[in-house]
Amino acid sequence: MTQAATFGGVQRAESPGLWTLAWRRFCRDRVGLASFLIVVFFFGLMAASGLHLIAADWSKEVGVNFAPPTFVGPAISDSGPTAPVAAESPGMRPSADQGEIEIVDPLAEVLAEIRAASGAASVAEATTSTLVFGGDRWGRDVLAKTIKGTETSMFVGLVAAFLAAFLATVFGALAGYYGGWIDDFFNWFYSVFTSIPYLLLILAIAAVLNQKGTLTVILILGLTGWTGIFRLVRAEYLKHKVREYIQAADAIGASHARRMFVHILPNVSHVILVQLSLHVVLFIKSEVVLSFLGFGVGVDTVSWGSMLNEAQSELILGYWWQLVAATIAMALLVTGFSLFTDALRDALDPKLK
Amino acid sequence: MTSVISSDTLIGIRDLKVDFRLDRTTTSHAVKGISFDIPVNSTVALVGESGSGKSVTALAILGLLPKENSTVPPGSRILYGGRNLLALAPGELQKLRGADISMIFQEPMSSLNPVFSVGFQLTEVLTKHLGMTRRQARSRALELLREVGIPEPETKIDAYPFQLSGGQQQRVMIAIAIACEPKLLIADEPTTALDVTIQKQILELIAALQKRLRMSVLFITHDLALVGEIADYVVVMRDGEIREQGRVEQIFEAPRDAYTRALLLCRPQLERRPRRLPVIDDFLKPGPLAGGGLEERSRGLRGDEEIILEVRHLSKSFYSREGFFGKREFKAVKDVSFKLARGKTLGIVGESGSGKTTVALTLLRLRGESSGEALFDGKDLLSIPQQELMPYKRRIQIVFQNPYASLNPRFTIGQLLMEPLQVHRIASSEGERRDRVYKLLEEVGLPEVSFFKYPHEFSGGQRQRIAIARCLTMKPEVLICDEAVSALDVSIQAQVLNLLQDLQDEHHMSYIFISHDLAVVKYMADQVMVMNEGEVVEVAISDDIYRNPQHPYTKKLLSSIPRGWRGAQAR
Repeated sequence: MTQAATFGGVQRAESPGLWTLAWRRFCRDRVGLASFLIVVFFFGLMAASGLHLIAADWSKEVGVNFAPPTFVGPAISDSGPTAPVAAESPGMRPSADQGEIEIVDPLAEVLAEIRAASGAASVAEATTSTLVFGGDRWGRDVLAKTIKGTETSMFVGLVAAFLAAFLATVFGALAGYYGGWIDDFFNWFYSVFTSIPYLLLILAIAAVLNQKGTLTVILILGLTGWTGIFRLVRAEYLKHKVREYIQAADAIGASHARRMFVHILPNVSHVILVQLSLHVVLFIKSEVVLSFLGFGVGVDTVSWGSMLNEAQSELILGYWWQLVAATIAMALLVTGFSLFTDALRDALDPKLK
Repeated sequence: MTSVISSDTLIGIRDLKVDFRLDRTTTSHAVKGISFDIPVNSTVALVGESGSGKSVTALAILGLLPKENSTVPPGSRILYGGRNLLALAPGELQKLRGADISMIFQEPMSSLNPVFSVGFQLTEVLTKHLGMTRRQARSRALELLREVGIPEPETKIDAYPFQLSGGQQQRVMIAIAIACEPKLLIADEPTTALDVTIQKQILELIAALQKRLRMSVLFITHDLALVGEIADYVVVMRDGEIREQGRVEQIFEAPRDAYTRALLLCRPQLERRPRRLPVIDDFLKPGPLAGGGLEERSRGLRGDEEIILEVRHLSKSFYSREGFFGKREFKAVKDVSFKLARGKTLGIVGESGSGKTTVALTLLRLRGESSGEALFDGKDLLSIPQQELMPYKRRIQIVFQNPYASLNPRFTIGQLLMEPLQVHRIASSEGERRDRVYKLLEEVGLPEVSFFKYPHEFSGGQRQRIAIARCLTMKPEVLICDEAVSALDVSIQAQVLNLLQDLQDEHHMSYIFISHDLAVVKYMADQVMVMNEGEVVEVAISDDIYRNPQHPYTKKLLSSIPRGWRGAQAR
């Protein structure tokens, strides 16, 4: 019971609102609920990683270069700088050691000296031959990297989607509600944006911003991605502004802003919400593409896109785990989020009004 | 139980039940075991309010119930020519539909396919069911169009539905329905969407065709008065059950069921004006009839009343773009003048497109620019700037036609009713405002718990009460009711009319009561203004206008009102 419910000393039962009814419908959808749990799990992952609870030391070189996943077992033949490290490892099988005795690394001594000179202790204590889901070129834990990448990618996707939806809602509301030259203006603006090929537009904005980093990616995606949502929001406003309940609001003296954002907005919010979550998925994928093209996040951060970018050269050498880790994480979230969006749309379908 | 029915019965419905699955756990029983006969060569009227199961019965006869969520329990039978229609294979039923049994629907605009010409849709039926060649079908289609009274059938046959008026579209629907000379024509509220003068023409057409083609008609309607003129038998339904069935004279002269009596008396009648309209509950409750009984309310103006609103030469035009620079003017309202007295009701009557709603919306400045003036308390409402309008908005309010559309679905009733108080800064604190809203809810007859509920939890009549309560929050001096009871069932209509009357008696408000329903206007109004094509045709005291109409258009309107059984006899 809320405070209002006991107002005046009389018990007054709250009745289910449209959102409560939508939630009930949503709970009945098993696929939707499962996908919702996946999304919640990823959000938890993102929050924990953002608060440095997990994967905080993802950039530490904890394993050998390209350390294979534990379930595959350590690398059988390896060369170069990993050899001495591998010999030190206690988990190494003796047969592997014996097999490599013949091959002598001509640079081994030089490298050992360099290592000793530059605080070899830290490297020596950390490096292990296998990692839970393998290691990358510098021996960083791919699992931690994936978690950190999840944080970056989801953050980019969510914030960019919120930015795009916000722009689209404000533009769409103004254009649809007022009509006339305001509508014309936004429509021209929209047409200009949509007439430029998407990738070209993204690259153009990236070139203008001329700065790599998470914020840049968010701006690029947010500033180019509002067009689709704008069109839908505008159409909804066109439809709702002539409805009788808006005329009734006008008759009681509600201002334009009040009619636009207090009366109409809650009635079109389901459209915006569904579009928002669709765009989260879209922008996560776009971030991957951008990073893959080299316009993504900076070198000091990791995202799924940058992981995939690294993976293309690793794959030729047979180091598949970074690619698989990023792909699984992304596929899981994108599929989960899409199904969740789908269930959300079903639950929020206002035909039961 | 045998499946034999007597020879003069065309269709026998026996213990028909229809259930609808709403979700996994709940089932609604739309039709709860009804039985009646449709005799050969006669008209049976199926009367009931919304939700009574009358349309579901018609769909069951045609086998058109939605397969996904409806079930017909075993034991239900619809007997036609010795066969049970409910047990027929879909293919055989398809052959019957259109050929033996056909149907016309409520909305002619949406029942005709907009991308095909009238002729195409007519000949399709003829070639499909009767195997005619295209040439034969076309000449027969012309014949049919002539038969249903379409002017110039040779040109209209190639017209598209949007080029025809509503009445003509319904005539085309009827032509399609009778194309194969069916034995049974099901008409589901065929005139509800049409104006009263068109309604009369369509009714006469259906009655004439029934006699000429010697077919049976199942006429479904909510309006008992309509039925008196055309039906031979009447079946009264409520909540999926039959309350009463019998010959038309028995239903009208000696109704046995309390509900039938209620339906007959709830509707305002032209001859009488009781102080309060009886409502269904008055009849269904035991004991003597409550309400004002036979006492009549007198209406009219003495001529010395205080004038609260004076409208002079109000005109309103809409413009549509034509070509690059040109624009075409459409005059929706032409030079309308009237005076509204304090505490009295002005009724505005007219058919669709007569400009009556535009008058109301223009007065409230909901419709952009206009010319003329509307003097309210010495100020011209139409010319004062937007910023100074706020205090006047409080004093003149409107109740819209559709209570389903005029309340914001995402607001609770509390929010809906508090909003005007907040916008106009009425009352000093939130608590005080809330007290006011509770008082208003009580005044319009809604329980206090409504405060926390959403509009979708209420019925149409309750929603209209909420809309009225919202206007009352501002204590307006003028209340415009734009078709405020037209979308409501007869019984609910009586309740809302009584409420409006009580509120006027108590608060001494002036009403502008807009309706296409002349009987309702007669009941509510002191003065009546008749509009046609944007112009005022006649203004007079309401008793005078109904007794002695001056203008030919008024006469035509009045003669089109369905007068029920007695009216039909008197003619």
